[in-house]
Amino acid sequence: MTMRIVVCVKYVPDATGDRYFADDLTTDREAVDGLLSELDEYAVEQALQIAEAADDAEITVLTVGPEDAKDALRKALSMGADKALHVEDDALHGTDVLGTSLVLAKAVEHTGYDLVLCGMASTDGGMGVLPAILAERLGVPQMTLLSELAVQDGVVTGRRDGDSASEELRAVLPAVVSVTDQSGEARYPSFKGIMAAKKKPLESLDLSDVGIEEDQVGLENAWTTVLEATKRPARTAGTIVNDEGEGGKQLAAYLADGRFV
Amino acid sequence: MAEVLVYVDHVDGAVRKPTLELLALARRIGEPVAVFLGAGADTAAPTLAEYGATKVLAAEVPAFDAYLVAPKVDALQAAYEAVSPAAVLVPSSAEGKEIAARLAVRTGSGLITDAVDLEAGEEGSVATQSVFAAAFTTKSLVSRGTPVITVKPNSAAPEVAPAAGAVEQLAVTVADASKGTEVVSRTPRESTGRPELTEAAIVVSGGRGLNGRENFHLIESLADSVGAAVGASRAAVDAGWYPHANQVGQTGKSVSPQLYVAVGISGAIQHRAGMQTSKTIVAVNKDAEAPIFDLVDYGVVGDLFEVVPQLTEEISARKG
Repeated sequence: MTMRIVVCVKYVPDATGDRYFADDLTTDREAVDGLLSELDEYAVEQALQIAEAADDAEITVLTVGPEDAKDALRKALSMGADKALHVEDDALHGTDVLGTSLVLAKAVEHTGYDLVLCGMASTDGGMGVLPAILAERLGVPQMTLLSELAVQDGVVTGRRDGDSASEELRAVLPAVVSVTDQSGEARYPSFKGIMAAKKKPLESLDLSDVGIEEDQVGLENAWTTVLEATKRPARTAGTIVNDEGEGGKQLAAYLADGRFV
Repeated sequence: MAEVLVYVDHVDGAVRKPTLELLALARRIGEPVAVFLGAGADTAAPTLAEYGATKVLAAEVPAFDAYLVAPKVDALQAAYEAVSPAAVLVPSSAEGKEIAARLAVRTGSGLITDAVDLEAGEEGSVATQSVFAAAFTTKSLVSRGTPVITVKPNSAAPEVAPAAGAVEQLAVTVADASKGTEVVSRTPRESTGRPELTEAAIVVSGGRGLNGRENFHLIESLADSVGAAVGASRAAVDAGWYPHANQVGQTGKSVSPQLYVAVGISGAIQHRAGMQTSKTIVAVNKDAEAPIFDLVDYGVVGDLFEVVPQLTEEISARKG
């Protein structure tokens, strides 16, 4: 039987450029360059490796976001995913993590799944909780923040390196898995992969297709409200000295003045 | 006054400092009720009471250790239903955030993660967050349900505020659905004897400029001379020079100490995301153009292999 792998990915503002808030205090996704969240590439990579090791597997990449979010899907397709699913709807603007997770859960159920794969966090919101919420919403095991994983005979095993301990985990599919940036370098799309991606199916769905009402999502219905966003003032220029043999002592004196020593 | 649940982070009953900070924040918006899961509630209770817990709801079931995260959500939900709190505060560890997030779904509540401050407001608790690699500061509130807020370490000073803090047993039924992810084995991280990275008042981090694992002893010696935690940049971790558990940055730990010392670290965006909110920042780097120098209060342009040993020696000399 075909193992159905769904990789949830996010289209984010490039973290190496400047990022802004729009007038309605949502993340500005128009005045900036967007791309597939770097941390989601690790999830795509693991999906590809699992599919390569399996007898028969199909990888669907799924995103919720504006029109431009298709770029993120195409990148994942060019890496080797089989097909893409894009939930886009004007009513989605400003949806927070609880709403987005609801849409993702409905879309995952709509397309069918054995394994849902996610990155450890987005590089914009950076909450790192969506995979756990998806597991809760889907009512399946949560295998999150794995730095190593394997899928065999319908069982997923993996290692989670936590703050105080390293844990070996095991769950029976279906399950939601998230992987960290320690799980293995993501591959670059080949020229052949980029060409092939253009012919792969990319299906767009709106909210009604996945059975979501407009009043369940969007800025007005978000579970949280951003009251204000202020740019952090630039740090005042510090003192920079060139080491001419006394640099260590000078720094020690500075730290002593600040009562750190 | 409304009760506020505070999820206790502890090691065998030894309460970790971020929980004491949460108790101080909880007192700004209501009466703190501590939720203690696992063994050691009686050990922890006097400390929790000293810092303001009016009571300690305690539960200890084997499922907390046998299965990942979900059983603890069941327990926190039981506490939520017993208390009907005005807010739920959870330490912003990886696990803490997951527990909080699942509770938010179950209770139909809004979720705010990684708050760095919390104050009472007219329309509810207002949480401050530092976002986009600390380029922006936001203030937010939960607009639906009960605010569930995770708070980063070093967001407030612990305050002694003696309260009753009596231990009450919390009845917890772990659902079968919460037993999906089995913890097959657990290997505790070896203690280095140094402070916890996210909680430390001083962090000393090394990066690519160290040129190898064998040179990290320079960072460790400097850290030990000031009682600091040791951090590492992603470059140093990816090169295999230092454990990932010590990585500071977007995909590692986010730290906000009183003093951050960056050694041989250029200051790429993924690193800045994890340390930019430090109170005082100093750096040693041989490249005067390194972006880290844009952040520093004091910087030394020089060879770290000369500067750092001299710094460590001078600190030791000053301490007598």
